[in-house]
Amino acid sequence: MRKSLIAVLLGTVVTASPALAQDDPIKIGFVTSLTTPAAVIGFEMKNAAELAMEHIGGEMGGRKAEIIFEDDGFTPATGKQSTDKLLKQDKVDFMTGFIWSHVLLASSKAILDNGTFLISANAGPSQLAGKGCHKNFFNVSWQNGQPAEAMGAVLNQMGVKSLYLMAPNYASGKDQTGALEGAYNGEIKGKDMTKWGADAQLDFSAELAKAKASGAEAIWIFYPGKAGNAFIQQYVQSGVADTMPLYSVFTLDSISLPKLQDAGLTGVLGARETLQWSPDMDNPATKKFVADYKAKHGAYPSYYAQQAYDAIMLIKSAVDAVGGDLSDQDAVRAALEKADFDSLRGDFKFGNNHFPIQDFYLREVVADEDGRWTTKIVSKVTEDAVDSYASECKM
Amino acid sequence: MESALLITQLLNGLQLGILLFLVAAGLTLIFGIMDFVNLAHGSFYMIGAYICGTLVYLLDSFVLAVILAVPLTLVVGYVAERLVARSIYARDHLDHVLATFGLILIFDTGVHLLWGAEGMSIPLPDWLQGQVAFSSTIEVPSYRLAIIAVGLAVALGLFLVVTKTRIGMLIRAGASNRTMVQALGIDIKNLFSLVFAAGAAIAGLAGMMISPITEASIGMGNDIIIVAFVVIIIGGIGSIKGAFIGALIVGMIDTLGRSYLDQLFKLVMSDQNAETAAPAISAMLIYILMAAILAVRPQGLFPPKVR
Repeated sequence: MRKSLIAVLLGTVVTASPALAQDDPIKIGFVTSLTTPAAVIGFEMKNAAELAMEHIGGEMGGRKAEIIFEDDGFTPATGKQSTDKLLKQDKVDFMTGFIWSHVLLASSKAILDNGTFLISANAGPSQLAGKGCHKNFFNVSWQNGQPAEAMGAVLNQMGVKSLYLMAPNYASGKDQTGALEGAYNGEIKGKDMTKWGADAQLDFSAELAKAKASGAEAIWIFYPGKAGNAFIQQYVQSGVADTMPLYSVFTLDSISLPKLQDAGLTGVLGARETLQWSPDMDNPATKKFVADYKAKHGAYPSYYAQQAYDAIMLIKSAVDAVGGDLSDQDAVRAALEKADFDSLRGDFKFGNNHFPIQDFYLREVVADEDGRWTTKIVSKVTEDAVDSYASECKM
Repeated sequence: MESALLITQLLNGLQLGILLFLVAAGLTLIFGIMDFVNLAHGSFYMIGAYICGTLVYLLDSFVLAVILAVPLTLVVGYVAERLVARSIYARDHLDHVLATFGLILIFDTGVHLLWGAEGMSIPLPDWLQGQVAFSSTIEVPSYRLAIIAVGLAVALGLFLVVTKTRIGMLIRAGASNRTMVQALGIDIKNLFSLVFAAGAAIAGLAGMMISPITEASIGMGNDIIIVAFVVIIIGGIGSIKGAFIGALIVGMIDTLGRSYLDQLFKLVMSDQNAETAAPAISAMLIYILMAAILAVRPQGLFPPKVR
């Protein structure tokens, strides 16, 4: 009894002393999918964030740093609960993670109202890039529509005359198709928005039959996670692969490719995507990241991993710049805005809406020297691309 | 061209319906005969897919894997019946729902621990990878035809067992009047075990058939079990014939809704609204049908004769 009383008294003394407050660790809340099939993405991000912490020795601005991971259960409601827990119970200094736009949109208000910095490591909904931009919100990936815009440019260059589009019916699916339709000059012969969420549609027989009958020259899709694999399997099995080449965004990555290889779906080799990064990117930071990630987890890291790694490195760069003293929010924000760290994608800068201004590349699915399927950069598509919502942001 | 697309879509609907039937068959018998609400029926669909997938990688043969995985799923179903279901048959439906929901969580977490969260792609042999061309415009993946063939064979087998054999007679009698069957000196417990395990194995077979198309994943059974309940409510609880026809109706409505609803909507609203509304409404169509049938004919289309 007496011991615990002393402990309580000591505790009060320690927390009351401002000089010693610096000994508290920097806390980073990380919301991602750790259950449901989407957990495969969540664990990639977790692995990469943990690798980032190893690379920096768990230290930021002279203080210890720790990441607290919470599950979003692939639904906005669960993500919001986890967010509230991180904000109120753990009192985190930064929030990051967020694979899904609908989860991020459900949680962002609580985070920003709380005065906490929010760094999205994946989701980049148009709402937060345009009118709803916020001084404490940053994004280290892209505005959702950007890779699709780059893909539209690629298709124009290649002279693809007509397309059939397929995407899931949710916030990001609409951003993606809207962005592609805006950038692509050819004819769109048909479009299917399929059911999404915990009971997402995985059987695309009806849609593939329509695509085939539409007479379009090529097919474009956006299917992250397990729906992507289901689509690719049926794309090959239905014979659509023999007549309509596949162009996609956020579908073919280091998560889906090993499984497609296991299933022997060679029809996917040569398929093309546009993105800001690929594991074969030629810079020292990426070489170290990919080598260490492969050594630890036996697989290529995906772009989700790259972005999670960059998010932690961005936070570190800001905390370092202010010497670990987070009391001056304006100083922290100014440091974040500089993006002064070795990003895996090479140099980039933040635009007025705190979304990256960066290059996009065309990537192709190939087998590496060990026969393992991965993506390889074919060419640079756009340079210093600014997202199309930046002008709506009054900041 | 349009009629070719329609025929392709009808075949797609038939294939989806057959798959639903395989899941609904066991569900309707378990519900009809034992008056047992088994939410975990979809878990056998998932377990079947994972067992089959593992065997495919071990044996390098899809057909052999399916042949071995069906009895293994039967064993899983039997064990689940003995350990969990048997002790709560006499309780009310809420207890069934609670217990079998617990089973779902156990199965999902078990699969997560054993196989990981990432799901499993299942390779098909080359002879099932291609397409069969009925004409220059009608081309159907051969694997989907294989699903239709296997499903129809199972349906025929079930029909023969239920209508022509002694076991089938007991099952039908059990669905009509459980107490009377028991009073006649039939060991109803063994009959229950048999039906439960066989239902699990058939659901497992459905999971095995679908996983090369969509891949095996955690929670795959939970998505289909809801639709399977819709099927048996439409068809009439306890009736194999009802499950078969209900499954085909649901399969057709779902597929044709996804194929044509957006074109239909575009006639009366803007393209953009049609594109957003069509998938949402087509996902609701089967529930609208179920509600209509519950209102007009609450016992379902083909209920067992005596209740």
